[in-house]
Amino acid sequence: MSAIHYREIEGRGAGFWVLAALLAGLIAAGLTAAWFMEHIGHVITGMTNQVVWGMPHVIAVFLIVAASGALNTASIASVFGKVAYKPLARLSGLLAIALLSGGLLVLVLDLGRPDRLAVAMTHYNFRSIFAWNIFLYTGFLAVTGAYLWVMMERRLNDHTRRVGTAAFLWRLILTTGTGSIFGFLVARQPYDEAIMAPMFILMSFAFGLAILLLVLMSACKATGRPLGDAIVMRLKNLLGVFAAAVLYFLLAFHVTKLYQAEFDGAEAFLLRDGGVYTLLFWGGAVFLGGVLPMLLFWLPQTRRSRAAVVWGSLSVVAGGLALLYDIIVGGQAWPLSIFPGMQVSSSFYDGVVNAYTPSLPECALGLAGCAWAAFVTLFALKLLPFMPQSLADDAVEPPARIAGAGATDAAA
Amino acid sequence: MNEPIDGIDATRRRVLGAAALVALAVAPGVSLIAAADAGQRRAAAARPTRRFGLLIDTTRCKRSCTACVTACSAYNGWSNQGRPIDPQWIRKVEVTEPVSGLSHSVPVMCQHCAAPACVEVCPTGASFKRADGIVLVDRHICIGCRYCMMACPYKARSFVSEDVSGQRPDAPRGKGTVEGCTLCVPRVDAGELPACVEACSRQGGGAMTFGDLNDPRSAIRRALAAYPAVQLRADLQMDPGVRYQGL
Repeated sequence: MSAIHYREIEGRGAGFWVLAALLAGLIAAGLTAAWFMEHIGHVITGMTNQVVWGMPHVIAVFLIVAASGALNTASIASVFGKVAYKPLARLSGLLAIALLSGGLLVLVLDLGRPDRLAVAMTHYNFRSIFAWNIFLYTGFLAVTGAYLWVMMERRLNDHTRRVGTAAFLWRLILTTGTGSIFGFLVARQPYDEAIMAPMFILMSFAFGLAILLLVLMSACKATGRPLGDAIVMRLKNLLGVFAAAVLYFLLAFHVTKLYQAEFDGAEAFLLRDGGVYTLLFWGGAVFLGGVLPMLLFWLPQTRRSRAAVVWGSLSVVAGGLALLYDIIVGGQAWPLSIFPGMQVSSSFYDGVVNAYTPSLPECALGLAGCAWAAFVTLFALKLLPFMPQSLADDAVEPPARIAGAGATDAAA
Repeated sequence: MNEPIDGIDATRRRVLGAAALVALAVAPGVSLIAAADAGQRRAAAARPTRRFGLLIDTTRCKRSCTACVTACSAYNGWSNQGRPIDPQWIRKVEVTEPVSGLSHSVPVMCQHCAAPACVEVCPTGASFKRADGIVLVDRHICIGCRYCMMACPYKARSFVSEDVSGQRPDAPRGKGTVEGCTLCVPRVDAGELPACVEACSRQGGGAMTFGDLNDPRSAIRRALAAYPAVQLRADLQMDPGVRYQGL
């Protein structure tokens, strides 16, 4: 393999500036929504005292989980020595930072008192996984920044493996922390399983890689850079394996729940009787997030198709959002079991399935987080050489492992 | 001679300048430490030898009576119009055994747990437990993340989603922060009963007993010794300070 040449994207065309303006508009709309949420109060959102975390959290958690997963491609190159992935390592690190900053933006602006961010940075309760996450998130930004630096500064290239390993371990701990936010909530029956931590790690692998594939393919197409089948099919196969792994974890999670009688009601709600939540689980998380991408990626009719890779990746993203909505909102829609085995009612919605309808401001805030991640990526690509000039098959090593490369290769 | 003196002056100026800079940098920290000390002194007023709790005899709690809820609302300045965003520091839950149809009307509020999930999960330490077991929210450092609401098994906390009016001096509230039953801590510190307990004894069925769970001579301990009582979600082993008889 010849040396990899990286170059900034030109970013002068009308398309670039239209996209930048669109993203800036979405960010402005989200900031405006956050301003109203802070000044009028969360009364303008759909969140209540029953469903306390809503759409902003769904999108923020998605972006944060995807951020750690986006770094995987770099880790495969630096930590596990798979040189075929090396040309994507810089883009992988950039996406990790962009996605995480977008998620944090949403999370912070949804706080009841976002003006007290300094308080959150100066008062810590180290028994709280949330407090740990503050360090894990900021530390992830720092470690990934250092990782990018040693990758991009030729004199520091020798440190890439060491810093890459630190970043890889950090991301595993980070996603463990994010999954544990829910897994440790023993009060709520739809959560309360330690398996949520590794499940979130696998979710991050899938979501992050899907986004990386989409960004890579659209950036190469927009800038006219060659993108060979070798790398696309390799990544596509890997994404299929990750999507299957998420399905496996979902199966293990729900079978564990179903085995315990105390969770029968919550499981029946989420899997059978929950209306939109049941639909989101089977139609969104299972079908869009797992089954459809695998079919698109591996059916003989579509396995070599670039369009199938795009649709499969989009499907993983849509399925991921559906899964997180199902976990976060569906998990709160099911009422708390304060008096197990009893029928209950009260003026405070005890014993009833809690309603939640996301409002425009909170959707705008969530979209702003996504737009921010895209905006950061767009301008970083323009300002610094993150993208290789060519990802043609002969520029990627080992060469010409094309279309339909088996799962063994992909899993490596 | 002049040169060394100038040298000394210059050194002195540098030292004084550096000291001023250090003082400027450290002063806010010192004042923060002083504020923290003041907070600790206040907390020290709560004696660790005591653990305040409530005993609720559900056989004496009438379904039609909401005296405890009304008193809490009046004393603490919150109101609930039935909207999902409205706060509710204490509520009456109608509990029915599905086979027998036996039902109880049960006041539920913050259970003031010995191992409170809300305190464990709060990232800033705004959720805290006083030495005497009363679980509170420090509104000054609550950032409104609502993780405590996610973690509480009793749905005892509310988030303030809009501007508040009619605040009571002893019960400050704030938009964007979380709140819940304080056991009427200013009244308790003044040697009085919580508003709900007082209202229950005056207008209700006298179903609520407040007192020190650590004091064997207290009314609450004697009542607990005389008849069995349960904790809500005792399986979670958070050791609530609120106990229920008759359930």
